[in-house]
Amino acid sequence: MNSLRNRPVRNLVIASGKGGTGKTTVAVNLALALVSKDFQVQLLDCDVEEPNAHLFLKPKIEQTKTVGIPVPEIDLSKCSFCGYCAEVCSFKALAVFSEQVMVLPELCHGCGSCAYLCPEKAITEKERPIGVIESGKSGRILFSHGKLNPGEAMSPPLINAVKKEALPDRLIIIDAPPGTSCPVVTSVGGADYCLLVTEPTPFGLNDLDLAFQMIKKIGIPAGVVINRCDLGDSGVEQYCRKNSLPIVMKIPFSRKVAELYARGEAAADFLPGWRENFSELYRKIEAEQQGAK
Amino acid sequence: MKKVTIISGKGGTGKTTLTGSFAALADKSAVMVDGDVDAANLSLILQGEKLEEHQFIASSTAVINPQSCTSCNLCRELCRFNAISEDYVVDPVACEGCSFCHFACPSEAIIMEERVSGHWFVSATPYGTLVHARLGIAEENSGKLVTAIRNKGEELAESTGVRMLIIDGPPGIGCPVIASLSGVDAALIVTEPTVSGIHDLQRVVAVCRHFEVPALVCINRCDLDLQQTERIEGYCKDENLQLAGKIPFHRAFIDSMVKGIPVVEYDQGDLTRKIRELWEALLALV
Repeated sequence: MNSLRNRPVRNLVIASGKGGTGKTTVAVNLALALVSKDFQVQLLDCDVEEPNAHLFLKPKIEQTKTVGIPVPEIDLSKCSFCGYCAEVCSFKALAVFSEQVMVLPELCHGCGSCAYLCPEKAITEKERPIGVIESGKSGRILFSHGKLNPGEAMSPPLINAVKKEALPDRLIIIDAPPGTSCPVVTSVGGADYCLLVTEPTPFGLNDLDLAFQMIKKIGIPAGVVINRCDLGDSGVEQYCRKNSLPIVMKIPFSRKVAELYARGEAAADFLPGWRENFSELYRKIEAEQQGAK
Repeated sequence: MKKVTIISGKGGTGKTTLTGSFAALADKSAVMVDGDVDAANLSLILQGEKLEEHQFIASSTAVINPQSCTSCNLCRELCRFNAISEDYVVDPVACEGCSFCHFACPSEAIIMEERVSGHWFVSATPYGTLVHARLGIAEENSGKLVTAIRNKGEELAESTGVRMLIIDGPPGIGCPVIASLSGVDAALIVTEPTVSGIHDLQRVVAVCRHFEVPALVCINRCDLDLQQTERIEGYCKDENLQLAGKIPFHRAFIDSMVKGIPVVEYDQGDLTRKIRELWEALLALV
């Protein structure tokens, strides 16, 4: 595989509506299959609520940084208790009493409106930590993931921070969280192509439909990977045909693969054909994209 | 009223499949809530008839009036969500609904419009009432939507003399999980014997402790990797977590889902007995 310059797909995101369909398996094996001396790969695990890719890549973590969101801090000596900050806060993160201001940091979205709009300039912002980013290397693969602190509700600011770790001249592979709401939208935004990993069951189909609608709305081209393609029914294939959604890979169920996964081993390191199949997957995606242009 | 939530941390461990069976075992003595509002599946098993449909409005989106806008660029400088384009059009997906631009705009050119972020439903199923929802595509506020349907579920349970609420939680540990979990009497964590399952179990246990919710653990597909199953057993022992059940892999899980019925209605053997024991352990805790 030669250099990344002039390639149509340089930022690839792996998503799925339903959880547990095999996003991380696809992301990790794709990274292992493609990385080489001349072709650099960076994997960003944006499933910051439950990041798992490190369990398979076992990167050596070289750097850890704390990520926070700005929350208001009130200088009571300047505050006139006018209540305007509470009025402008759309998230009810501020409450003003006769001689006291209450800040509810877990409700704050860090928009900055209270600090800017306070007529007394009594509000400054300070960072409140919500999680960490760990970065390092697994062989030639550059790796970063975010870890949201348990008890924290808001993951998008941390996901954005993980995405900022992306370096130029590398194929970026993003492992997204399950679902279709804000954490997923944040993870997939800006990608050249989205792989939707699903399973051929009614749950898989229902959630593939939701995920495909989301991807269409954001305007990113997508292809489907059907995992455990021989367990279930034909609903997913019919859906893909009907919606002209390309099926770019099918992975049959294998006890061996499930056992490797259970132990935290990447199939590409153990099973013949896996590297080739995933290299082929990337070529197929590129061909799809070149055809579209 | 007793409230229990089924969660997992990791997705795809079998939360909804088990919740569907619990609903069948509860046999009209519980109201069900599907808290996985961005990928709701419980209604695919419980096959209810929709009785009510409601809009969910919890936030607003900025809209710029081009007639009043002087292109001063202040809103674009202030917006931390990069939601305003160079030609002063708001991207509704990126807009957080914070109203900062609305308050700051010197020519009062920005209004906030109510935004329908999803829909929620009340359905009658053969096993009791189900309250479920569909978050709008690429929408926010999943936590608020979970809270809204939880409250509705409680209200319906109370008004019909039902004494239990079963909440099928979403994967992860973020906002909709917290909304599904806070203030319930017990959480059943469904995990699987894989390194990912264990890693995510530990994080979701931390969330339960943060919100002081008693948790018990079930190992699904326990025969996939006996060594990892042993690790989970050891972890539960070390952490004083009750291991409420171990369920082996069975084709009936997939076959019943394809048929759209709860596993306990499909299989009458050992598997159903194990799910029943798990349900009874959960009932005993609350």
